[in-house]
Amino acid sequence: MAGSTLASPSADPAAGAAVSQVSVSPGRETWRRFRRHRLAMASTVVLGLLVLGVIVGPWLWPVAINEIDFSAQLQGPSWSHPLGTDDLGQDILARMMYGGRISLAVGLAAMVVATIVGVLIGALAGMSRKYADPILMWVTDLFLSLPQLPLLLLIIYLFREQLKAIFGVEGGVFVLIVIVIGGLRWMPVARLVRAQFLSLREKEFVEAARAQGATKMRQMFRHILPNALGPVIVASTIEVSSAIIAESTLSFLGLGFPPDIPTWGRLLFDAKDQLDTAPHWALFPGAAIFLTVLSINFIGDGLRDALDPRRVI
Amino acid sequence: MTSPILTVSNLTTSFRVEGQWKSVVRNLSFDIKPKETLAVVGESGSGKSVTALSIMRLTPPQSSKIEGSIKLNGKELLTLPDADMRHIRGNEIAMIFQEPMTSLNPVLTIGFQIAEALILHRGLSRSEAEAETIRLLEKVRIPAAKSRFHEYPHRFSGGMRQRVMIAMALACKPKLLIADEPTTALDVTIQAQTLELIKTLQDEEGMSVLFITHDMGVVAEIADRTVVMYNGDEVETGATEDIFASPKKPYTKALISAVPKLGSMIGKERPMRFPVVDRDTGESDVPVEVPDTVKAAERPVLEVAGLTTRFEIRSGLLSSVKGRVHAVENLSFSLMAGETLALVGESGCGKSTAGRSIMRLLEPLAGSVLLDGVDVLKLNQHDLREQRKRMQMIFQDPFASLNPRMNVGTAVAEPLLINNLATRSEARDKVADLLERVGLQPEMANRFPHEFSGGQRQRICIARALAVEPRLIVADEAVSALDVSVKAQVVNLMLDLQARMGLGYLFISHDMAVVERVSHRVAVMYLGEIVEIGPREAIFQNPQHPYTKRLLAAVPIADPARRLQKRPVSNDEIKSPVRPADYVPPVRQYREVSPGHAVMIWGEEWEKKDPAAIAA
Repeated sequence: MAGSTLASPSADPAAGAAVSQVSVSPGRETWRRFRRHRLAMASTVVLGLLVLGVIVGPWLWPVAINEIDFSAQLQGPSWSHPLGTDDLGQDILARMMYGGRISLAVGLAAMVVATIVGVLIGALAGMSRKYADPILMWVTDLFLSLPQLPLLLLIIYLFREQLKAIFGVEGGVFVLIVIVIGGLRWMPVARLVRAQFLSLREKEFVEAARAQGATKMRQMFRHILPNALGPVIVASTIEVSSAIIAESTLSFLGLGFPPDIPTWGRLLFDAKDQLDTAPHWALFPGAAIFLTVLSINFIGDGLRDALDPRRVI
Repeated sequence: MTSPILTVSNLTTSFRVEGQWKSVVRNLSFDIKPKETLAVVGESGSGKSVTALSIMRLTPPQSSKIEGSIKLNGKELLTLPDADMRHIRGNEIAMIFQEPMTSLNPVLTIGFQIAEALILHRGLSRSEAEAETIRLLEKVRIPAAKSRFHEYPHRFSGGMRQRVMIAMALACKPKLLIADEPTTALDVTIQAQTLELIKTLQDEEGMSVLFITHDMGVVAEIADRTVVMYNGDEVETGATEDIFASPKKPYTKALISAVPKLGSMIGKERPMRFPVVDRDTGESDVPVEVPDTVKAAERPVLEVAGLTTRFEIRSGLLSSVKGRVHAVENLSFSLMAGETLALVGESGCGKSTAGRSIMRLLEPLAGSVLLDGVDVLKLNQHDLREQRKRMQMIFQDPFASLNPRMNVGTAVAEPLLINNLATRSEARDKVADLLERVGLQPEMANRFPHEFSGGQRQRICIARALAVEPRLIVADEAVSALDVSVKAQVVNLMLDLQARMGLGYLFISHDMAVVERVSHRVAVMYLGEIVEIGPREAIFQNPQHPYTKRLLAAVPIADPARRLQKRPVSNDEIKSPVRPADYVPPVRQYREVSPGHAVMIWGEEWEKKDPAAIAA
């Protein structure tokens, strides 16, 4: 029985014919499958609420983020301050909604940059049979071995002023941080994609596409990449969390956003000294990061399953 | 009569699939007497391997249940505690598996792996175990057993590894040997050797064998009695002679008639369809010779001359060339429209490399491939894509040659869209037409490859290859991975399409029996070279080259009368085409036996390997 596996339950022609009576476009089919993935759907709702919260929240809860009130220091959650206050009596809910915009945007944008760069480099290296592969992998190893903090310092000192001039203070820092984080985190994705490409390009269906006259681009993007996406989606969703944390590291070093902008990472950092007296200060931003990362991971899982027609959902 | 070694009664094995129990083997009963060989035969999914696993109780304990009774020498195995069962495995029942390449640990020496079993099970000391291991290796006819004791598995070929696995199974003198498709992954000559070895060892050791296979030819060679299974049910049980001579159930009839028999084509000029047997009634249609499709008057579709493909083996700091794999050496032949040329040979003989070089999926080193007079090897990328419309390829593994993320309609339409032969809406109609032509329903276009069985997938691959209306199809082991009945259907389909569309087939295969059925001409390859080429009848009835003779002699014949004939066990391995970097291939001379039948003039190395010489 060389090369044969047990027939799946749906291999019975009669059974399958009944299911796919209605012709649906692949995009719709994917969405239908995604909707059946409960965790992924719940996560989409959670992430949607988080995004909605940080966008429209400041209008619904119009409290200034920098209003100092020494009579209400380190208060726990109450009706006047639903998520409590920090050591300067500032309202944490308002600060989280304001900072969340930046954290979420940085996390998602950095993920997109890292994934795109990683997929491109990995795909080029994986497809090349000559010199591009070793050269690109040397570059990847080089980036992996670079000491990141000194490099960050250098980049930020060199480019901060120019970018500020173009995009404004916050915009400039945002672009800088996204480029820096994305630009230093594409390597795992690239290695993953290359490994997938190396094994997939030898598969018979790719050879079959070549035999039909498919161009290299078509082989890469229609045949190999869709089959390599599963691990890439999982890897890049993890990037979101590390990007949010990396942003707070940068801010702490004074290289990111100014200290008065309360990104989630910054809030966590400020709260660490008061963990025993005011745990709520750390808990809420921590929970927000946790929820974001978790829901993006589950969405990633759901996407991976929905995009793979072999999986029964 | 002696009491049976193994008695299986009412065996039902079920697996839990998504919370529901699904029975895979139902109410199976058989027994095996001492020194008897029982074959369990069936197509994929018939539950034959699960039967073997159930006897060993190797099914996953949480998600499976085994009901009924399995008695070994009167001792019930199903109720035995796990510790006792472990003692039975290896000591009283030994098992050998299909894939010899992966069933040995690559970082331990062969000798160590066998000796380990002896020390564990039989309590021998290390030096005793070593002596016993060498005795076992000699028993399974491994040449120079003593010196190979300390070698690692990668230095052994597939056939030799299977011998090592057999030696390991014999280590504890089991009463019953379960062989689960032990020869399926091996080449025919090696398969013949392994079957002979199992027969001889059975005589010497006096053990019983439960032989699981899908190959009726192998069954006829080895089994005393046979159980035919279909879809988890026992169809028919009986002495092998009776099963072959007078099958009672329609399914058995269908199975036997689908088995290609070597020598069944004597006196036929053209390829023949396989008979189609109705599985419910057992009635068969009379197969007819296909019409004459060869367009002998035209210029050949494909003319290959001096095709040579070598792969360099590089190693060391500066990646200097340490050796070359001479995969294809100086290959020349031509193929008419409507003709089938079979390229046969064993693994490593370069037949697949030849097919891929002709398709220019690999870059050959030298030679010319004229497709309708255009040299494919000289085209640039753009013109090559243009030319690929005229030749298409069908691959061996229908599970790997379709993109799992692409639905069938898109996959079949792809060559049309790539080559700008149709717009999207035209392509949709064309796809429906193509699917119908290969015997599928047009509605299936929306489904994904994993929803189809192996035979259906191969039909999809054929539809995809036909989309661009090629003149030549390279079929690389296109039916080798399919079950016999499905194989017969796909071959029939290919013959029909050839008659309708005048296709030329380059049929690459290791299966001599199928080749005899489908081809007009045959080329036998050995170590990258054609050793004999000629009309099908000439090659099969009047083989000249010693290698062709050996290949034909090794094919298992579905005729139980031949079973008792003992053939001498030879230990020849298939040679490797790896040569040192400075190797210059010898210039070969061919001799014409009869018009169109040419044979390479062979050197002395073949003389001593003549089968008659070994027997003497």
